[in-house]
Amino acid sequence: MSAAVMNVEDSVLVKKVKEAFRDQILDTVVFRGEVTHLVETAAVRNLCNFLRIDPDLRMNYIVDVVGADYFGENPRFEVVYHLYSIQKKHRIRVKVRVNEGETVPSVTSIWPGANWPEREAYDMFGIVFDGHPNMKRIYMAEDWEGYPLRKDYPLRGYKDRYNPNGVEKEPEGITD
Amino acid sequence: MPDKEEIIETRQVTMHMGPQHPSTHGVLHIILNMQGETIIDIEPDIGYLHRGTEKIAENLLYHQFVPYTDRLDYMSAMSNNLAYVQAVEKLLDIEITERAKYIRVIAAELSRMAGHLLALGAWALDLGAMSILLYAMREREVVLDIFEMLCGARMTLSYMRVGGVRYDFTPQCKEAVERMLDIFPSRFDEYERLLIGNRIWIQRNKGVGVISAEEAISLGLSGPALRASGVKWDIRKDEPYLVYDRFDFDVPTGENGDCFDRYNMRFEEIKQSMRIIKQALQDLPDGPFNVAMPEIVPPPKPDVYKNMEALIHHFKYVSQGFKVPRGEVYSSIEAPKGELGVYIVSDGSEKPYRLKLRVPTFMNLQSVRTMSRGRYLADVIAIISSLDPVFGECDK
Repeated sequence: MSAAVMNVEDSVLVKKVKEAFRDQILDTVVFRGEVTHLVETAAVRNLCNFLRIDPDLRMNYIVDVVGADYFGENPRFEVVYHLYSIQKKHRIRVKVRVNEGETVPSVTSIWPGANWPEREAYDMFGIVFDGHPNMKRIYMAEDWEGYPLRKDYPLRGYKDRYNPNGVEKEPEGITD
Repeated sequence: MPDKEEIIETRQVTMHMGPQHPSTHGVLHIILNMQGETIIDIEPDIGYLHRGTEKIAENLLYHQFVPYTDRLDYMSAMSNNLAYVQAVEKLLDIEITERAKYIRVIAAELSRMAGHLLALGAWALDLGAMSILLYAMREREVVLDIFEMLCGARMTLSYMRVGGVRYDFTPQCKEAVERMLDIFPSRFDEYERLLIGNRIWIQRNKGVGVISAEEAISLGLSGPALRASGVKWDIRKDEPYLVYDRFDFDVPTGENGDCFDRYNMRFEEIKQSMRIIKQALQDLPDGPFNVAMPEIVPPPKPDVYKNMEALIHHFKYVSQGFKVPRGEVYSSIEAPKGELGVYIVSDGSEKPYRLKLRVPTFMNLQSVRTMSRGRYLADVIAIISSLDPVFGECDK
């Protein structure tokens, strides 16, 4: 395993992807043997297609689509794709950054398995995936207000008749 | 035949199964679009058990989150513990001791057996074969007794900790595991005869819920359900963690990708788990079962009462936890249900900034739609059981 970790820097995961998408890749990080590419939102579908089809990469398995909230940063949200290749046995991570109100292209047309995880990211963070066949909440109730995993959403939730221990909602329009 | 169809005209109806249905393995709500007995479309509706585990994790110290992982797949808590502590250890970049690795392998395989036993039992019960459940529960009890001997708990174990395990694997435990390995093989042969010799069991499973390898991969299926479709992918073999590369075991694969193959996978995996445990017991090395890093693994309790330094370490561990380097990792294991992964983003503090659990049940359930379209309603029961969903895990 240690040999594999040392060679990650010049593996296909880094080199080939960087070559093919030189202008769209904003940053590449190798940490603990894991490769992460930060790409422009517009390029994500092209890149994913490339990762799946390229004979050296063959990322045919979608492991997960994760949302993350970096509250206070701009752009605020991050969508993280974890990919795996069953033939080549390697993993890669692709990230895009989006702001509130912006959409991310859905990858469900490339990997149908991205359907539920994308819905989860929408449910928890309010990130909308463009081209998703069924973009609605998955865990929370359909009429739920707010996105629970956002950093500005209180841990105990908002106070209402079902949640007497919740945080009092600030009246809208008042800021200090 | 076409004449008959013309005579019996049916209207398409929408039916709801669950969330309080005994054979949905918890709180699964399924919306079925039916044309007579045939399923046109099916949509699982989940989230009834959502507890916001990921949100809770962001507000807890790293070591405080271990008990929450027990409550994910509560049928095999050891695997969840393992997936989580392994991710934190990867972030910390520490290597645990040899003995701890072997103990973890034994514990994880025992919990795989416990998980699969219940899966088989509940599955057979759903299809009307009650006796297997009782037998499976009896055998599961043997495994749970070993867990109790090991850490004092039976279901919610919290046995593994960042840097090692909580208690040593005592000679009594070893004896109990050896006894288990002696009695189990003959009993499993008996159950196999009970099920494979049962015509109803075979007819309800063979050719039901077929999914091809390509479809299974594209839908993100993993674990025994994926291997039943003929895809030989097991994280224990392909990206060996702990010491799995030192053991001799097979990865069973199916051919047809139907419920019967998924059943075969589970049964075969229990046998392979026993093989692994046997080898791990033989090679179990002596030595410490925790890393010698007092800030990550606090000293044993008796020392805390007598030794000032130990008291300080204990106090710091409990009140402040330990800092984890900045960065992000994804680490996954082969859990009984499939790939169980943990993605942690650390901002360098004592609490994870973001923790995402990649749970196999959640991803596996997506394929119910592909598996059951065009089948009968009764087949849905077999299909769901064959995926072995646990909703503590699915709904997080």
